[in-house]
Amino acid sequence: MVGIGTTDYGNFPETDTYGLGSQALLSALDDAGLQVSDIDGLIVNRIPSYERFAEMMGINPRYCLQTEAPGRYSAVSLMLAAQAIATGAAETVALVYANNGRSQRVFYGGDEGEWAPWGMSSPGASHAMMFQSHMNQFGTTAEDLGHISVAFRKHAGLNPAAVMRKPMTLEDHHNSRLIAEPLRLLDYCLINDGGVAWIMTSAERAKDLRQKPVYVSGFAREDLFDTASIPRQDYWYPALKRIESQVYENAGISRDEIDGLMIYDNFSPTVMFALEGLGFCKQGEGGQFIQNGMLELGRGRWPTNTSGGHLSESYMQGWALIAEAVRQLRGECGDRQIPDARAIQYIAATPISSSIILRRD
Amino acid sequence: MTVAAKPKPILDVWNRPFWNACAENRLRLQRCADTGKCWYPPAPVSPYSPRGAWEWVECSGRGEIVSWVVFHHNYFAGFADELPYNVTLVRLDEGALMLTNVSGGNDRLSVGALVEVVFEDRGDAVVPVFKLAEQTR
Repeated sequence: MVGIGTTDYGNFPETDTYGLGSQALLSALDDAGLQVSDIDGLIVNRIPSYERFAEMMGINPRYCLQTEAPGRYSAVSLMLAAQAIATGAAETVALVYANNGRSQRVFYGGDEGEWAPWGMSSPGASHAMMFQSHMNQFGTTAEDLGHISVAFRKHAGLNPAAVMRKPMTLEDHHNSRLIAEPLRLLDYCLINDGGVAWIMTSAERAKDLRQKPVYVSGFAREDLFDTASIPRQDYWYPALKRIESQVYENAGISRDEIDGLMIYDNFSPTVMFALEGLGFCKQGEGGQFIQNGMLELGRGRWPTNTSGGHLSESYMQGWALIAEAVRQLRGECGDRQIPDARAIQYIAATPISSSIILRRD
Repeated sequence: MTVAAKPKPILDVWNRPFWNACAENRLRLQRCADTGKCWYPPAPVSPYSPRGAWEWVECSGRGEIVSWVVFHHNYFAGFADELPYNVTLVRLDEGALMLTNVSGGNDRLSVGALVEVVFEDRGDAVVPVFKLAEQTR
């Protein structure tokens, strides 16, 4: 990964996803020291038309695709780009994400659907039901989730780009309003506008570019689509266990060598599911594991979502978490820098679960 | 004053027999001939044996609670008066999982609690919901 670009995050009705995406891409190209003409692969996400975006940017690639809207596709996009580069389908791929859900008043709920006659709606409610199962099965509590929200808010306070930087306590979490019980407002990701772009190329080509590259060291992906119409009752654990058995081997390093984590946090329970599934703790012990600052910079062994994540930095659906991983490995994170970060692991617990290990060398 | 309607089912070629049966206060599901398992939502093939046969069967209307969520945020005008309301995952005796509503109090929901179907006539659709069963099995 040789270039990273991020826009400001917030409410920007004066622009749209094409504006945010092009701004992010130009920033990533500057970061990499590349020109638009160097791009021969293009992956766009949450921008309505790849063709219109390429037209605007003046890109005629030999590899191009648009990936689906759910956040699971940030990691999928990265893996596809890596495969395209490895097979020679493209040499230098621009991956561009933009979202203007805040200014467009997108609410993620209340739509027609299979379960709407029973009032079931929203990804948050689906995760709430999964977490209720976790509570029933293991005795986890909704209060346990506060440790996740508080840790990420603390990190956001160290990140000038984060949307939500006001300090949060466990009491604040507990006193926030219930949305889909057992989840509360402060278990939910933000909705905001913004754009993120990454430039990926071969390790060989990367040597000549402006930035010291960050290497995609290894990844693994497992999909679970059976009973996909219903919130899963296994927290994707079987898929995550298979990923655990592959990702460290693929990257050629052990868990002990990982310096920090970026975990897809659409809702706070997915962080717990990811930690349990990837074996950072035993299944059912996530509620205990995350206490005493385990995920906090300067306190715990596993500093996680040092940017503030989706809960407090920005809802960029995994794209900004990967950007944060790259910046950590470059040592660019200032007050929120993980000392001497050499390897960062990304994890997403979703119907398409994945993990990616990024390394400095 | 008109009361806002709850969302209607979206009919397609596969679920029409299910909703037609509900209109007659009957709960019908597809059953896989090879495995004997039922599933929901209705589909063109059995997920357990996609090359195998399946048939519509009459269900007992009984099941047990697997999990639930309680809505405090209002997503649908038609449910506004029922907040906080539950959406409950029920495993029917025939094996299929369904999301539904269970009446009788959100604080009485528990894993393994037995439930029975009740057909709620909403005028434009008859929707299967559940109530906590009187007797244990």
